[in-house]
Order: sequence, then structure tokens, then C-alpha cells
Amino acid sequence: MERPLTENIRPGEPPLGLREYVERGGYEGLRLALQRTPLEIQREVTESGLRGRGGAGFPTGQKWSFVPMGPDARRPKYLVVNGDEMEPGTMKDRLLLEGDPHALIESTIIASYAIEADAAYIFLRWEYSTAAERLKAALAEAYDAGYVGRAIMGSGYSLEVHLHRSAGRYMCGEESGLLNALEGKRAIPRSKPPFPQAVGLWGQPTVVQNVETICNLRHIIRHGAEWFKGLSLTGEGGTKLYGASGKVRHPGVWELPLGTPLGELLHDHAGGMLPGHRFRGLLPGGASTAFMTPDHLDVAMDFTAPQRVGTRLGTGTMIVLDDRTCPVGLMHNLLRFFARESCGYCTPCREGLPWVARTLAAIEAGDGRESDLDILDHHVRMIRAGHTFCPLAPGAMAPLESALVHFRQDFEQHIRMGACPWR
Amino acid sequence: MPRITINNQVHDIPWEGRNLLEVCLDLGYDVPYFCWHPAMHSVGACRQCAVKQFRDEHDTQGRIVMACMTPATDGTIISTDDPEAVAFRRSVAEWLMVNHPHDCPVCDEGGECHLQDMTVMAGHNYRRYRFTKRTFRNQDLGPFLNHEMNRCIQCYRCTRFYRGYAGGRDFEVLGWHDHVYFGRAADGPLESEFSGNLVEVCPTGVFTDKTLKEHYTRKWDLQTAPSICVHCGLGCNIIAGERYGVLRCIRSRYNDQVNGYFLCDRGRFGYGFVNDEERIRQPLIRNERGELEPCTIEEALWKTSSILRHGRAIGIGSPRASLEANFSLRYLVGEENFHHGMSGRSYQLVREMLAILQQGPAPAASMSAVAQGDAALLLGEDVTNVAPMLGLALRQNILRQPTREALRLPIHEYEDSAIHEAIQVGRGPLYIATPDVTRLDEETPNTYRAAPQDIARFGFAVAHAIDPAAPEVTALPAAVQETAARCAQDLLTSLHPVIVSGFTCGHPDVIHAAANVAWALRRRGKPADLCFTVPECNSLGVALLGGESLNAALQAVRDGTADTVVILENDIIRQMDVDLAEELLERAQHVIVLDHLPSPTTDYADIVLPAATFAESQGTLVNNEGRAQRFLPVFVPQGDVRDSWRWLGDIMVMNGQRGCETWCHLTGVMRLMAETVPALTGVTEITPPPDFRLVGQKIPRQPHRYSGRTAIHADRTVHEPRPPEEVDAPLAYSMEGYPGQPPASLIPRFWAPGWNSGQAVNRYQSHIGGPLKGDSGGVRLIEPPPEAAITYFDHIPDAFVPREDALLVMPDYLIFGSEPLSARSPAIAARTPRPYLGLAPKDMERLGAEEGQVVALLVTGTCYHLPVVARPALPRGVAMLPAGLGNMVALGLPQWGHIEVKREVWD
Amino acid sequence: MLSDTERQEIEREIVHYPRARAAVAEALMVVQRHRGWVSDEAVRDVAALLEMTPDEVEGIATFYSMVFRQPVGRHIIHLCDSVSCWIMGQETLLEHLQRKLGIGFGETTADRRFTLIPAGCLGACDLAPVMRVDDDLYGHLTPAKLDEILERYP
Ligand SMILES: Cc1cc2nc3c(=O)[nH]c(=O)nc-3n(C[C@H](O)[C@H](O)[C@H](O)COP(=O)(O)O)c2cc1C
Ligand code: SF4
Ligand code: FES
Repeated sequence: MERPLTENIRPGEPPLGLREYVERGGYEGLRLALQRTPLEIQREVTESGLRGRGGAGFPTGQKWSFVPMGPDARRPKYLVVNGDEMEPGTMKDRLLLEGDPHALIESTIIASYAIEADAAYIFLRWEYSTAAERLKAALAEAYDAGYVGRAIMGSGYSLEVHLHRSAGRYMCGEESGLLNALEGKRAIPRSKPPFPQAVGLWGQPTVVQNVETICNLRHIIRHGAEWFKGLSLTGEGGTKLYGASGKVRHPGVWELPLGTPLGELLHDHAGGMLPGHRFRGLLPGGASTAFMTPDHLDVAMDFTAPQRVGTRLGTGTMIVLDDRTCPVGLMHNLLRFFARESCGYCTPCREGLPWVARTLAAIEAGDGRESDLDILDHHVRMIRAGHTFCPLAPGAMAPLESALVHFRQDFEQHIRMGACPWR
Repeated sequence: MPRITINNQVHDIPWEGRNLLEVCLDLGYDVPYFCWHPAMHSVGACRQCAVKQFRDEHDTQGRIVMACMTPATDGTIISTDDPEAVAFRRSVAEWLMVNHPHDCPVCDEGGECHLQDMTVMAGHNYRRYRFTKRTFRNQDLGPFLNHEMNRCIQCYRCTRFYRGYAGGRDFEVLGWHDHVYFGRAADGPLESEFSGNLVEVCPTGVFTDKTLKEHYTRKWDLQTAPSICVHCGLGCNIIAGERYGVLRCIRSRYNDQVNGYFLCDRGRFGYGFVNDEERIRQPLIRNERGELEPCTIEEALWKTSSILRHGRAIGIGSPRASLEANFSLRYLVGEENFHHGMSGRSYQLVREMLAILQQGPAPAASMSAVAQGDAALLLGEDVTNVAPMLGLALRQNILRQPTREALRLPIHEYEDSAIHEAIQVGRGPLYIATPDVTRLDEETPNTYRAAPQDIARFGFAVAHAIDPAAPEVTALPAAVQETAARCAQDLLTSLHPVIVSGFTCGHPDVIHAAANVAWALRRRGKPADLCFTVPECNSLGVALLGGESLNAALQAVRDGTADTVVILENDIIRQMDVDLAEELLERAQHVIVLDHLPSPTTDYADIVLPAATFAESQGTLVNNEGRAQRFLPVFVPQGDVRDSWRWLGDIMVMNGQRGCETWCHLTGVMRLMAETVPALTGVTEITPPPDFRLVGQKIPRQPHRYSGRTAIHADRTVHEPRPPEEVDAPLAYSMEGYPGQPPASLIPRFWAPGWNSGQAVNRYQSHIGGPLKGDSGGVRLIEPPPEAAITYFDHIPDAFVPREDALLVMPDYLIFGSEPLSARSPAIAARTPRPYLGLAPKDMERLGAEEGQVVALLVTGTCYHLPVVARPALPRGVAMLPAGLGNMVALGLPQWGHIEVKREVWD
Repeated sequence: MLSDTERQEIEREIVHYPRARAAVAEALMVVQRHRGWVSDEAVRDVAALLEMTPDEVEGIATFYSMVFRQPVGRHIIHLCDSVSCWIMGQETLLEHLQRKLGIGFGETTADRRFTLIPAGCLGACDLAPVMRVDDDLYGHLTPAKLDEILERYP
């Protein structure tokens, strides 16, 4: 089984330096890319079927196709790598950032070249200090070796790559909030349209791409779209970093073919539940996805199949709920996070989420009322995509909505008993 | 013409590119909203304006969209009353009320609260939230505004107005999630000249009017009338509100051509002089002991008329009094004895402006034209201080070009945040040539600091660069020449350039240079407009009336051709050099003054007649654009205070003067004036005549909820007093009258069922942002002839040469303090700086003066002791003297002044 | 006043952007790295350097979670309070810390040694429960392990 994304990553050891990286075929993808035109690269990526690994799964090639190209295009143009990774339960990008910084840099240059970007920013969350150091070191090496900077590898293409360390907020991960953060503004989202490809960083054409998405590019260029498509079990192309946390035997992150069935992830890779724990459900791709249950173990974890059972692949890193953990407490934990991280721009999110979080806290603390379930149901109905300004709040409702379906009896029991049965 | 369907009704809407919220409001659908504002457009933050949109007629599901963020394109189908949309809107109101305190009974906004209106409209009425609310600490934001952050509903309008629209930078969004806070880094007065608009921009009671709080009254208990701001020459439209004989607040009155939705802080908070304790409320006669003592109206009239009968009287009018008052004075003393009340110098400037605007081809720009323009050159004017709302208009002007670029991306015109993100720091061309820095400087790299002569030379150079037929300026420094060339290029490539100049430089050459630039642009096919600032609210009106200058008045008294002066609402000691003014007043045997407040001039009066202020009288003012607008009385003043024209009329009656039968009604005066002065023919058209009725009724000044009518005098009688009679306007001092919408010029307040806040203006506009329904918006009296020939001004002044023995003292106009009436208002006084003398560092060095050190300045015959303030940008040889502070001259400047450095230092 | 080092470090950040204000968050973090927190005075100084107003800088300083506008202890404990750590017993650790140090979230020990702050998911859920002390990440925490780790931070 091929594991292109993690092929250079040696757990517990520092990442490859430039020399080793090049020896192992590093910057080969870039060299090949520079021999082709940007539009050819875009076509290759479109054909590969690569979809965004940041949570939304938008086809990457299609995203690029909205960037104005050619000599008359507005300049400068920017590429932004989204390394904010603050989605609860998600730890996949950190693996790549810390494990193979040159791979990220190489792919960043390829993506930048494909959209004729003049500068690229790697937006890194503050807490990833190890990643920051390693990236900084790798970037310095890459500059010295002429992979970044003026006339890259003797080609006519020049690119500056900058590292930006975020001062911290979940909203910085949302791509338009991220752009505001990069401009030194408050990370509130922007309205879309216009999309970043038209009006992005400093009003200029910009593409924002997740770390994992980016890291695929050097492989797609080296091995081609067909090869990439062949990596996955279903038709969507590529491998995926899956992960699991919670009361499983082997929590971790693994690179596997896209479309690996849920049961296989849970049992073969996460090793099943810890002894004495029973599987009740899981959030398949970070905190803003809806629960999957024991009924869903044969669902192929690609971009489309989970949607058929009412959830999303999200970030592909699952949070597992067992029978000895209180689902109400878990929902309270999530909603408290989302309420805390709301940027405060739109009403449903700013006012609704804290209300939900407080209601959940009350239920969990034994102060629940019958009417509290109405309040929760009401918010689930009212806070949906399109009702809010950005996807944060609807994302927060996704696990709650499904919890109110799958674990309703637990909520009712809390209210009836006036206490949390797990405490 | 897009055709859209709302609630199964088909509507043809006049043009593309608007959003559904505007269209719904235009058509009379009640869709609640918060973050959208008609001047600042859409950002989609509050989510209150949700409606259901359907793909086509087969779509039964539909989806919720924000009306303010959705274009009204052809074929759009929406429902405002779809149950899901209704439920969501109710929910949004419920969320907004989660943290909102239940303090309506003690909240200043109650009764004019958009949040109240929208909560009712959205149908939220039962509280389900059972936890504690978040609370904030409030800030002290200075004398104008209260801050009560607990009431905030985070619609972001305040910062969007303050920063995005008005360019303020000392106010921000702080915090995050449900602790978003709108305030400053630290307590302190808001610096923006437009901060008072937060009172109206904020949909609830976070920002309320601190001056109103001093004598609080609910909107429904205010007696109001349409009025015009008297605190500068722009003529912003206002609504003035009174109760119990006290003028309590000023609100903006929408006029799409003039001030739009907004006002400056001077206009909003400068009304305190009307309530001043020192108001002259009884006629005063100087007794044998030389003191002014009260007398009856009859005595005053008898005495005055007898003086006038026997004396050789001249009249001194006033650029701050109405046309009607000035015309009455002119009629009283005869045209040849009428003086317009300006010094020779300022009259000369105003005359020049008038001539330039009359002869064309560049017409006077309305403020909306300035805002709609896309490039500007400012010659000599610090507009934000002199005519503040012009500064706000220019702030819109400079966004025009980058916005036009952004719209190509494409972005809808109403998408405010998207446009700001697209244009970032991009600004259209703005060139500012002034002696010292201005508040607009931060918006442009193109500034030029120079003395008036050099500013004029710069302007002439720009004109020449545009059209070589315009006279050339020789020996211009290369850098200035280069800026002039760039400016010419920028103006030529714009679509609608505006040239702004005015009176502060005191130099006709500056005005001529501005005219040359505008005319040169016109010759090159650019529709350039001219915008001049004028010193006072009726400067241009009085100039249209004609008359002699104050210096001529002095001459007449010196000659002995006159021995009596009648002075109308004018402190002439501020208009001309103090010693000359004093000479005039001293030499005159009889001085009769009509005014609101004691002034240095009334100190010389033998008779003082209490004149009504703008709030208590009616009349016409002509603004800097030549637009005649009417102010109507809000209330009947206490005491013997009467309109000046009425005093003057009565004097004429007593003297049996011919033609004075007209003077019992304002309409008569106005009509006679329109007949006598051809330039003023249009003034009779501004408002409907006094006998105008709607369904047989007058328009009530009091809202239908006006309370306590019979309780007011309950300590004496429970009978309701007869309301004062109104003969000069179709308005009644009563709550009885026509309940619907009156003609625009008579709108006493904006109110509509369900719309208690000022947002009710939506219901009065022909369309959002358009003219009020059936409006004249005032009457423009000055239009250039269609085929105006251009004769360039060709006198180019010599370059300014600093003198060793003297400094050119320029007036430093201040938004707070320079205008004398507003300066008496306590809130404005609190923001007025102490007097100072601004000097260039080079001059300080030369004089051996340090910052804070007191110098003696001898200028226009007066010696001032003032602390020095360094003004790093000031050109050498030029000094800045704050205009109008204390007893400081204003309109006599610039003048050469002499300085002596003292030892002392003020604290 | 900003020290020369602080100023130089901030200027090194500015070069990455077409406009100085883009470096505002970094500038605040530079100050914080040197002083532990960002004072009112620092807000004003950063504002002056970046041609911003103090109000604009405050808008940023109060938005981002890593900027401390109050004095903090010598060491910052960021205890992850997100979902995976919660499942894995984070609450026990919090109680332990509260007992041991006598402080709750947002508080600083009397000896100014530690400030305890809740962290959103630290991206190490496979090691849950986790925390960061200053720049060091620790996983698989237990009360005993916690005690031992804190000893390393005098
Ligand atoms: C609240 C919120 C937080 C997000 N956080 C992240 C993040 O930390 N990392 C990320 O790559 N994408 C994040 N996203 C998704 C981004 O908005 C964006 O879709 C993504 O970076 C695009 O990259 P991709 O197409 O390569 O996935 C977030 C979205 C939302 C709504
Ligand atoms: S849903 Fe609304 S308040 Fe929440 S983060 Fe998005 S824009 Fe901000
Ligand atoms: S008015 Fe439309 S979202 Fe606020």
C-alpha cells in the first residue's frame, strides 16, 4: 500500500533535512512542475479528482479554475496554506507539518506556480511551535538551495514563501477569517461571494488550501492523475490521513486509501475499544460532523458516502464515544468550545451557541428542565447552513442534532433524574 | 426592468443591482433588519432580514436567504411571510434579546428604538432564556454621548459608520464571541466630528444623546418641526425637538441632496444657546444710569420707531439671520441704507463665489454631488473644521474610484464589507492645499502646505496644466509644479471632479484659482463642480440681497450721513476689526440691536429687541450651494421673544411706512421679497403656503402619543390651555391634525406605524436613498447659464515671502468653538480648546519661543496673550490663530501680526 | 517604550507583508515573548510603530486568544479542555491542578509561577489528555505525571 504523504515521516525522529529529502526524490515534483505550464498543472490536478482535506472537500482543481490567469490577471496573487488545525479531535496536519516540512514547502510552491502566485503564506496555529521551528529551518534551506525565491530552479518563476504564526482563534481556520487574520485584522469571516479567488488577501486573487491537500500535489505531479486516482478505494482519488481519539486501543493517525470503511478504521487501525468499553458512536471528522453509530461501520469514508448517512468526512479524524462517557457532557464540552470560539459576528452563533452551551451545562449539572430539550431542538432547527454568516455555527449544530436523535434518552434521563448518571 | 415576485405579488422594480431588503422596504413590506443601514448598505451580520427564496414556481421548499445580501434580479421569487422565515426572524429577535436588558422604561432610546420596533415586527414576545446575562463596563465617551454597552445587540453599525463611513480611528470592536464590545482602548471623548450620528445609527440605546439626557424627553413627547442647521453654511436639514419651552435635541432630517442621513457634532450638539440662561427674553432700553433695563414691547416699539423717525438710520443685516429678517431690515431702512453685516473682505469673497457660480459654467455642487464625485481638489479649506459635513461627503468621494474598480470583480454595490475588502486602503484622488494639516490628510498622500498666495498659485498651475489657455504660473518650485501636473492628470482622468474652496484663506485669488481649475476641466469636457464654503448659514442669501459692507457703515457714521444703526442678529465686533467695530458703535448716536443673546455688540445698544432663534421662528436660509431652504418654528418662545422680521414690521407699522401691511404674515414678506429681488424668486416655492391643508387639517407638531397635555398646568388648572396659534405655516402646535405623511418640506418627524425610530424615514423616501416623496428638497437659486463663456481669472499673486518682522496670522477654524452660537452650548464648550497660537518650528526658533510659552500677539489692532503650540507642517512665516475663541477675531484674518515673546508659561 | 530588540524583531515581521499592520498580531507576540504579557503601554507603542491607533491594536489584542492583556505567571499551563481530552479524563487533571496550585482557569498562582489557561484542542488527541507548559507538549497525562512535569518549571 502506498503512503505518499507519510513516506518520509519517521515517528519520534526529526524530519528529513534538505539533502536527505532531495535524495529521496524531493523537489522532483517541483522540477517537473516548472517544466509544464500552470494551466497544465491545473488540468492535471483537476483530473486527479483531488478534493480539499480541510473539511469541506471542495475539488481543488475547480477552486483554482476561478483564479484569473494570464498576463492581464490582477497581481499580486497569493496562495495560503491553512495550517490552523484547531478543529477539536483533529491532529493530522500537525503530523505533516512536523514530519515532513520540505514536502509541504515543495507542494506549496507547486500550487503557487499553478495559480501564478507571487507570494505564499503558510498560516500556522500558534501552538504548533515545533512545526514552526522545523518549517522555518526547512524554508531557510529551500531559499538557500534556490527552491524558493527569485527564479526558482533557474526557471522564470519567482515566489516568496512566508510563515505566519497565528495568535490563536478557531475562526482563523475558516478561510476568509484566515485572510482577515493575515491582514492583521480580527478573524471574522467575509461574505462569499466574492470568493477569495477573486477578492482574497489584501483584495487580491487568493487560494486557500489545507496542509494535507497541498501535500498531495508533489505526488500528483510526479506520478500523474491516474496514479492518484488509483490510490483510493472509491473513485475520489488519493490517500487520506485518518485518525481516532477517545477510548480506543490505539489512538493515532494513519495514512490509508481514501474510502477505507469505517469499521476497518475503528477495528483494524484504532484497534477497537479499550477493554470494558462499548462503542456508542463517533464523530467521523472533527467536532463539527454528525454522529455515526454501530449501524454505519460499513460506510466507505470518502467524501460522498458519509453524506448518505447524514454526516461528512470532515477532517477524517474521528472522536469516539464509548458507553462510559456521558453524551450530554460530551455535547456540553463541544458546544462550550464553539460558543467560546464564535467570532461574535452573526447573531445565531454569537447568542445561540452560548445559550445551547448553558442549557447543556444545566442538564449535565442536574438542573435540566423538560423545556430545555425544546430549546435545544429549536436551535438545531434554527442554526443551519445559510442561516448563519459562516459555517462555524451550523458545524456546531451537526453533532448536537445527531446526538439529540441517537442519544435522546440520555438527555431525557438527565432531566428526569436531575443528575448525570455517569457522575 | 427586473420583475420579481413577493408573497405571490408581482412587482416591476425600476432598476437592477439592488438587494431584496431595499426593494421590500420600498414596496412597503415590513422586513425587520439591524445591520443593514440605508447609507452603509449590507454586511449580513445580524441575520434579521431573513426571507424565503424560491428557485422557480415549482420550488416548494425554498431556502432562507438574507434579504439584504440577495440581489433583486429578474425572476426572483420570495416570500416574506413564509412560516419558516417568520420563525427564524422571531428566533433572531429572541437571540438578540438574550443579553439585552429589560430596561426600556429607563432607557433613553425607548419610544424611538429600532430594536423595540423590530422585536415587535419579528413577533418575539416571550422570554425563554433562563440564565444570567452578560454585563459590560461602560466608557466615558465625552460630553456628547452616553455609553451603555449592556444594551448592545452587536449589529456592527456603530463601527461601520464611525470607521468605514466617517473615517474615525479611535473606536473599535473589541473582544470576541458574546463579549464583543464597541468602544475605545481607553475612556475619553470620541474624536470623530461625526460621533453624534451613533445616536441614530445605533438601533438601540447604547449610544444616546448626553445633551438630551440633561433635560430628557421621550420622542413621543417632543414637539418637533423641520428646521435647518445654523452652525455653518452647508444648510443641513434637522429636526429640532422641544418640550416645556426647552429645546431638547437635534436630529438629522434626511435630505438626499444635502446632508443625507447624517449631521456633524456641531450641528447636533450646538443647540444649547437656544436655552441659554442669558437669553434676551424682554426688550431692553438703556436708562439714564447707562444700564440696559427691561421694558414692555410697546415701550420698545415706541422708542425705536421714534428714534428711527427722527434719525438717519442705516441697517446692518446678518449672514446668520433669515432672508426675510434681512429683507425686512432692508425695507425698513431703505435699500441704499442696508448693509449686509459682513466685513468688506468677507463680503468680497462671498460676492466672488456668487459671481463665479452665477456666471458658470461650473455649477455649485450639492453635498450629494460632492459625495458622488470621484476626485477632489481642496484649495485652502480645512473642510472638516469649517463645514464638517462636507468632510464627510469628501470621505465618500474618495471611495468612489476604488469602489468602481471593485464593482467589476464583480461585487454588488450594496455589499459593504466585500467592497471594503476589495478596495482595502485604495482611495481616489484627493489633493489638499492648505496652510496646515487637516483631518482629511490621512486619506491622501497629496498634500501641499502653503500660505494663501501659494495655494492660489498652486491652483492656477493646476488649471494651466489642465487647459493651456488658462494663465500660467511662473517660477513655481519644481515639486509644486510636479504635484500640480499630477493633480491635473488625476482630475482629467476622473469622471466627476469636484473643486472645493472657500473663505478661510481670505484671499479672492484662491477662489479664482478654484474657478479656473473647474472651468479648465469643463473646457476639457469634464463635468466639474465647484463647492465653496461660506462663513455663515445665510452668507450667500444675504449676498443675493446685496447691500453695503460694514466698512461702508462705518464710513456712513463717520461722515455723519447716518447717526442710527439697527443691527440685526449680528455681533459686528466679530465681523470686523475690533477697533473699527467699536468706533462704529461708539460714533452712532443710537444703536438698536435685535438678537438672541447678549454680545459685545449689545453692550453698545440703546435698545435691544429679543429676537427668536431658528427654533422659535421661521425663515429662509440659502446655503453654500445656493439652495434656499426653510426652517419652521418648533415652539413659541417664552417672554417677549419674537421673529426679527416681526419686530421690524411692527416698527414700520408704527412709523406708518408704506408697504408694511405685508408684514403681518411671513408669506407676505416673502412674496414682496421675491418680487423685489429677482434672484430670490424661487423662495416662495420651498414650502406649501400657510393655508395649505391635508384633508382640511394642519400638520401636527406633536405626535399623536404626546402625553400629559392637561397635566402640564394641573397645579393651576386642569383645563387644557388653548394651543398657540400659528399663522405663518400649515403646522399646528398640537397633536391634532393630519395623521399621514405631509409634503417633505413640512415633515416634523419621521414616524410610521410600526416604525417609531428614525428608520421610519424609509417610509418617506420615494425609494431607499432617493428623494423624499414629493419633495422640493429646497430650491436652488443659482444655476449657471447653459452656454457660459469662460474668461479665466488672470491675476496670479506673487509667491508668499515670509517677513522678518511679522507673521501672517491665519484663522484656525475649529469645529468646536469657532462658530459663536454653538460655542455657547455647554457640550460644545467642553470640547473647545483653550486659545493658542500655532507656529511653525522654524518661526519658534527664530523668535526663541518654546511650546507652551506665552507670546503677545498684536493683530487687527488687538493684543492677545497666547501660549505657543508647535505646528510642524505650517509653512514658515505663517501663524494659526484659533478663530472665534473667546474674543478672538475671525473674519478679519489673515492679517500680518507682530509677536513678542513673554517669559511666563501657562499650565 | 519598545526595546531595540523588540523593535527589530517586529520590523523583521513587517517585511513579510505589503502593509505594516498585517504584522500586528506578531508584534504583540514579540512583546509578549519579552515581557510575558501586553500592557496598555505596549498596545500604544505597537500602535505607533505600525501606524495604527491604540484602539485598533486593542481590537486585535482582545480578539486573539494567545495575547495576554493581563500579567501572567512565569509559566503558562495550557490544559487542553477539548473533547478528546475531556473523554480521556481532563476534568480529573483540572481538579488535581486546582487543588495542587490553588488556581482555576484564567488565574495565576500567588507566587506568580504558573498561570492556568484552557486550550482549545492542541492537535494531539491521540496523546490525550494533553497540556502545553510554555512551548512543551505533554501527553498521556495522569495526576502523578503532572506533578512530576511541573517540577521542571521553577
Ligand atoms: C470554523 C471553521 C474552521 C476551519 N478550520 C480549518 C482549519 O483549521 N484548517 C483547514 O485546513 N481548514 C479549516 N476550515 C476549512 C477552510 O475554511 C477551508 O475550507 C479550507 O482551508 C480549504 O482548504 P481545502 O480545500 O484544501 O480543504 C475551517 C472551516 C470553518 C468553517
Ligand atoms: S457563524 Fe457567525 S458569529 Fe459564528 S463564527 Fe461564523 S460569522 Fe462568526
Ligand atoms: S439586515 Fe440583513 S443580515 Fe442584518
